[in-house]
Amino acid sequence: MSGQQTILMAVTLPLFGALGIALAGRIGANFREAATLLTAVALAYCVWSLAPSLLEGARPAVSVAEVLPGIEIAFAVEPLGMLFAALASLLWIINSLYSIGYMRGNREQRQTRFYVMFAISLAATIGIAFAANLFTLFLFYEALTFATYPLVAHKGDKSTVASARVYIGVLLTTSIGLFLPAIIWTYAAAGTTDFTAGGILEEKLRGPAVGLLLALFVLGIGKAAVMPVHRWLPAAMVAPTPVSALLHAVAVVKAGVFTVTKVIVYIFGIDHLFASPGTGWLVYAAAFTIVAASVVAFRQRNLKRLLAYSTVAQLSYVVMAAAILKPLAEIGAAIHIVAHAFGKITLFFAAGAIYTAAKKTELHELRGIGRRMPITMAAFTIGALSMIGVPPTGGFVSKWYILAGAFEADNYVALFTIVASTALNAAYFLPIVYMAWFAPESGKPPPTHGEAPWPSVLALSLTAALTIAFFLFNGPVLELERQVVAAP
Amino acid sequence: MQVLGIYYYWVFAILLMIGFYAVIAKLNLVKKLIGLTLFQAAVFLLYIAMGKVEGGTAPIYGASAAVFSSPLPQVLILTAIVVGISTTALGLGIVVRIKEEYGSIQEDEIQEIDRR
Amino acid sequence: MSPLAAQMPALQVVVPMLMAPFVLLLPKGLSWAAAAAASLLAFGIAAQLAATVIDSGPVAYQMGSWPAPYGIELGVDALGALLLVVVTGASSLALVGGRASLAAAVTEEREHYFYAAWLLALAGLAGIAVSADAFNIFVFMEISSLASYVLVAGGPDRRALPAVFKYLMMGTVGATFYLIGIGLIYMATGTLNLADMDLRIAGVADKEPILAAAGFITVGLALKAAIFPLHVWLPNAYTYAPHIATAFLAACATKVSLYVLLRFDFFVFQQNLSGHALQFSAYLMPLAILGILVGSGVAMFERNVKRLLAFSSVAQIGYIMLGASLVSIGGLTAATLHMFNHALAKGGLFLAIAALAPVAAGLRLKDMGGMARRAPWTFAAFVVAGLSLIGVPGTAGFVSKWYLISAAMELGAPGIALIGVMVLGSLMAVVYVWRIVESACFGKPPENAAQAAAVPRPLGAAIWAAALANVYFGIAPGLPLRLSSSAAASLLGHVPT
Repeated sequence: MSGQQTILMAVTLPLFGALGIALAGRIGANFREAATLLTAVALAYCVWSLAPSLLEGARPAVSVAEVLPGIEIAFAVEPLGMLFAALASLLWIINSLYSIGYMRGNREQRQTRFYVMFAISLAATIGIAFAANLFTLFLFYEALTFATYPLVAHKGDKSTVASARVYIGVLLTTSIGLFLPAIIWTYAAAGTTDFTAGGILEEKLRGPAVGLLLALFVLGIGKAAVMPVHRWLPAAMVAPTPVSALLHAVAVVKAGVFTVTKVIVYIFGIDHLFASPGTGWLVYAAAFTIVAASVVAFRQRNLKRLLAYSTVAQLSYVVMAAAILKPLAEIGAAIHIVAHAFGKITLFFAAGAIYTAAKKTELHELRGIGRRMPITMAAFTIGALSMIGVPPTGGFVSKWYILAGAFEADNYVALFTIVASTALNAAYFLPIVYMAWFAPESGKPPPTHGEAPWPSVLALSLTAALTIAFFLFNGPVLELERQVVAAP
Repeated sequence: MQVLGIYYYWVFAILLMIGFYAVIAKLNLVKKLIGLTLFQAAVFLLYIAMGKVEGGTAPIYGASAAVFSSPLPQVLILTAIVVGISTTALGLGIVVRIKEEYGSIQEDEIQEIDRR
Repeated sequence: MSPLAAQMPALQVVVPMLMAPFVLLLPKGLSWAAAAAASLLAFGIAAQLAATVIDSGPVAYQMGSWPAPYGIELGVDALGALLLVVVTGASSLALVGGRASLAAAVTEEREHYFYAAWLLALAGLAGIAVSADAFNIFVFMEISSLASYVLVAGGPDRRALPAVFKYLMMGTVGATFYLIGIGLIYMATGTLNLADMDLRIAGVADKEPILAAAGFITVGLALKAAIFPLHVWLPNAYTYAPHIATAFLAACATKVSLYVLLRFDFFVFQQNLSGHALQFSAYLMPLAILGILVGSGVAMFERNVKRLLAFSSVAQIGYIMLGASLVSIGGLTAATLHMFNHALAKGGLFLAIAALAPVAAGLRLKDMGGMARRAPWTFAAFVVAGLSLIGVPGTAGFVSKWYLISAAMELGAPGIALIGVMVLGSLMAVVYVWRIVESACFGKPPENAAQAAAVPRPLGAAIWAAALANVYFGIAPGLPLRLSSSAAASLLGHVPT
């Protein structure tokens, strides 16, 4: 199969999978879940099969249709997108496994719709990852917003619908109000929106306009959750936990920071942006988001909301790393997408497992739960350590690169922010870990539950293992991402 | 006497405004329709007046007179009159139906009934 | 060209117009079939004409072979072809899918009258698009208007009657204004042929009557086209008409008046009145902006789904006028393209309403409760058309919005404000579309709602055809885009640059 066919396969496979899941859902739950797993494995195979040729420098691309002159729906695989797609497709398999345990364990309604929309969301994610230009990216970006809406509003009661309204309201307002004008501006200035190594706006746009366009992009890409457009992410926590885990720790939010990184690297070009006035604010905005979100997370009483604010902060690590505008930091941004994904999905899996087994959602209820659910809490601990950036977890690797980039750029704001937020992360994660393992159990009568259903436990063990594995075996990823910043 | 010399345009304008006033201000639907008819009739007069040639006769082929009025506006207005009549007829038909359904042909009363 | 193909412009009007009396003569069971067949045939002719226009430019036709300007001329250019496709397409889709819905709305003994009126409306609307003569446009306009009054009043809802009376009053005033305008031009130029008019106005010394004529024609047509604030007849007329008739009229009736407006203001007046472009923008741009904001704003708070969509139409007409009032190639391309795209979206939405209405107990927002589960396929199509109305990428609505924003960007700094308006309008569209979606997905079905929802298959097919067309023309807008960009070029071909 040629690279072009593989790309088209990867984008359409989840869609056919969705159809298959819908049909299988009519036969029975087992068939439906088998169809989901089958689709996930096939997608991962498809995406991963592109990786070896990419490492050798190939850049498969395919054009589907020219919508307007100079504007086409086209896909091109480059290292950043490859990494993102590989990550999403791998975690979808694990997440599907987890979903089976979670959705059955909690007897959720309308499971077929859940799996179908999940598959469609994945198609949109792969479309974002492989998009060859801003237009295609925007197409799938919006598709992802709409596809995830039914997942967020899954429960369907009044407060859930209200939260889902915030979710779609913020995402659509920013994308239509700021992102789209930014794309059209880019098109008007450069005559193209293709992602090109070194950027397309040098020579075309100069002076303060660059800073303004950057602001339109960063705030318009609401999925990156840079404050003040982060409100949708805590709101999205009303969704079932597998949705929060894969979509709101990996696919959707990473689509946001991925897009920001891509815009910085392939639309502006880091050197052009570095030389332009009025672009330094992005580091400050991201730094503010990191610190503020960490402080807010510190004050949360609900586990999932805490994780959501932690995600807001961690996303801004990626944005800040990209905004440092130095090669090492760009690599750090790319691998932080991966490192955070492994760690955060583990944490969400653990939170969902606790909810499934013990129906507990608040922090103070977690006293002593490590003794009842040792595997879950061990995974949780690994995830938390990765968030803080302690070796031997993946979080350490990416922080290392971001720090190195910040040194290279003499960017002390970034340095200070990383140090401060590490302390804050430790301050809100470690007490939970301590409480879970060492505090005496409370509650009368004493709880009798054990671990969550085995598929969930298996899933979270796998992601915890991945978090550690990423610390040990990150060579190919680094090699791939070096190509992003290599001279074109 | 430039202003009075084109008195037919004054007739057109005044008739038009009377009709328009009735369309806007009257609440009785039939009176509105009468206003509409006047409004259209004013325009018919405008067309007929413009086609008139001083001292000209009816444009009949073979007649001895040398000066004709322009026939085209008259033909046009014949069509417009047909359109106008159809409109009035349809309008009256609607008023009859309104009377059957609402028992009134006063606009304000009908609105009142609908609001309830 | 084959002898039959040469007659296409005339056949476009003659086919539906002759079929109208036949429908009355035929046995009653056949009236729907005859009307649908005539409409489909007209659609075929329109498609053929559009293909000819794309291949070899505008088609001209002399009635009875009398040469223009003495004889009556018919002409189809890119803009006319685009409009013919919209008109006949909307009519065909609505008729093919709408039999069951219309049977419920129109009593059996009046059904054949209704279909005859439908064909007359179709003939009138098509006639406007093919006429190259100002007075014929008036006659066809009145034919279509009179017939559409009948269509609107044809349903069982008595509130349609006062609505249609208002529609008739305002429509007639608008048409009469138009008549005054062409009378004034005729006095100055002695011609009614549009192309001839354009040539002769240049030679007229005293331009003031022409200016007055431009005012009368623009205002009269603005009334017919429901340009804000002359839109007051539209919401109630659309709300209380039979659903299928609403789908047909909402898709094309106002657009045909807009078409005449563009023809006059650009073909005839643009070159010949100094400062016309400036006046056109100065008067119509604020109205367009207000139309977008007020129409969308009212729609956001409207409780009746049909009236919500009707107010959305007022806003969408604002977008078309906004594009036109930019008086640039980009703006006019966007405007004419949006005529096509909005017809697709709104036609699809109203067709879906026709399917959902019998399932729901009423048309209030809360009656839509649980619709996503009771009629999932129809509602899915509704969402697709709604996304196109918002202008989500991948749908037809996005393409015209893209062009509109690009055209505004050409203006530089003032364009930013226009973009702001468009963005705000789109966000308001998100709100009003989403209110329906939310109610349908998460609202409780009303107590008295029918349990099993059965959407007639032809209607379902028509709705999905419209929805898929929205997606298709969002991804491959080549055909309408070619027509609308060449329409814009020819509309502005008169502007001395």
